[in-house]
Amino acid sequence: MRNTFSEALYKAATTNPDIYIVVADISPAGSMAKFRDQYPDRFINVGVAEQSMIGICAGLALKGCQPFAYTIATFSLYRPFEMVRDDLCYQNLPVTVVGMGAGVIYSTLGGTHHTQEDIAIAGALPNMQIIAPCDPAECTEATAYCATQKNGPVYLRLGKAGEPNFTDKAIEPWAFGKLRYIKRGTDVCILSYGVIMAKAMQLAARFEAKGQSVSVVSCHTLKPLDGDGIRDALRRHRHVIVIEEHAPQGGLAPRTKQIAWDMQARCRLDTFTLQDAFIHNYGGHDDLLAAHGLEVGAIAERVGA
Amino acid sequence: MMHDVTRRNFFDVAAARARCLQYRQRILDISQQVQALHIGSAYSCTEMVDTIYHGLMRRNPDGTSPDTFLMSKGHGCMILYVILEDLGVLGRDDLDLYCKPNGRLGCHPDYGNPGIEASTGSLGHGLSMAVGMALAERGRKTGGVIYTVLSDGEVQEGSTWEAVLMASSLGLTNLVAFVDNNDFQSLGRTSETHPTFYPLVEKFQAFGWECAEVDGHAAAAVFAAVSGREGGRPFMLVGKTTKGKGISYMENVPIWHYRSPSRQEYEQGKRELEAAAAGMAP
Repeated sequence: MRNTFSEALYKAATTNPDIYIVVADISPAGSMAKFRDQYPDRFINVGVAEQSMIGICAGLALKGCQPFAYTIATFSLYRPFEMVRDDLCYQNLPVTVVGMGAGVIYSTLGGTHHTQEDIAIAGALPNMQIIAPCDPAECTEATAYCATQKNGPVYLRLGKAGEPNFTDKAIEPWAFGKLRYIKRGTDVCILSYGVIMAKAMQLAARFEAKGQSVSVVSCHTLKPLDGDGIRDALRRHRHVIVIEEHAPQGGLAPRTKQIAWDMQARCRLDTFTLQDAFIHNYGGHDDLLAAHGLEVGAIAERVGA
Repeated sequence: MMHDVTRRNFFDVAAARARCLQYRQRILDISQQVQALHIGSAYSCTEMVDTIYHGLMRRNPDGTSPDTFLMSKGHGCMILYVILEDLGVLGRDDLDLYCKPNGRLGCHPDYGNPGIEASTGSLGHGLSMAVGMALAERGRKTGGVIYTVLSDGEVQEGSTWEAVLMASSLGLTNLVAFVDNNDFQSLGRTSETHPTFYPLVEKFQAFGWECAEVDGHAAAAVFAAVSGREGGRPFMLVGKTTKGKGISYMENVPIWHYRSPSRQEYEQGKRELEAAAAGMAP
């Protein structure tokens, strides 16, 4: 996903001289080397200094530029939080804060490198938009949006590397602020976003093996959330399941429950999130997700798939 | 350096003195409209901000400037407001409604208001934003110079030092920063609470800046130091200042960081400013 991000950003930068990328000693691979070689004045490495990364992006945007701040998610959002709030959100500047490797992708690096609460934290900020693409193809679309939009700041939550594409045959195109049906069914609807979409697809396959008709939806825009789309999904399916790699508070799961309550939805609604806990487990990403309870077999058992 | 088109080479110091007395009076008048304002902090940097607007920033025929001023010490914004009023950028109504319902000016500057280039108030944000602005101007080859004023309290913020390091590493020659070094913070004199805060000039020089120290209330010295800079690196001027400068009972008295004078105190302050103005008459 980070490679497609750098490919998309490089492409945008070739036609727009106002695009800058300000990194904090971490650089996306792939085309970023081309970006750096061709536009050295627009590739800024602040070093291990994330507060200035955000402030410099704000200064660039105050002069009309379209900057991207890039580092591992904990360091792009948490460390310089007050700069994100005051410099970007309060001034409502079109700066994209890229949170790379969000969730618990950096499983073996421990809790200092996990981003379990980022949607809740970024979502609490006025003016902030949040996008979490589920695969490299959506990352390309999201990056192109971020490179041209002037609405205000964006928190772009990315995976790491090597994710497969789920949306090649999606029945709907990507559109900012709209739910996107990857497939559309009539019985069960799985709402998810980000790289944990892999588990949503596996769960859908289990339901389908039992003869159920399943919708799989990428809720890539977490803020503003497509409330109409969520209501429609709750109305059209008898069973809705939310799977997200995020703390139980402030993410898609509680938002969906809130909407369901407000509309008095009649479907069954199950939500699966990370635990409200720092879990010490140094296996792979899947091992850590499983330790949080996000394992397809366990979820399938709970939902009858 | 006199051929450098980004610099002006004349500054009428007598006019500056008169203006600064007038600005102090205007702020003193506004202090009677509201419960409190950061009066001492504004008086501390009056001459430096005046020199920036009237001596250093270039003016286009339409009154706009190719240069930018960013008030990093947001709590000093009263001096910014009254200068912008004097320049016709803000209206008298704006100042009359300062900190009042339906007004648009508060105790800290808000981006989006006329002449306000960034929202500040939280300390340690301004210099990074100024670095970003200077980068943008350099990238577009506009020749625009970014001026900013920091409080000495801000120099204690780690984020300020991140920006100090980046400005010199990026070789930003179009960045000119000032420290309003009044040596006061909420809990006392900086020289007492943080003795190793000094020396200051050598710290900036060690981080790759050109740096000078002058009396921050001596407009001629401020102008000469900045306009005479070598210019191969970002420039920092440490202005030695007096908090509350210009009104005797406010000078170096911490409560005047954020307090409005009583009627009696107002009258005394007014008399002192008028006497100073009379004293400088030819």
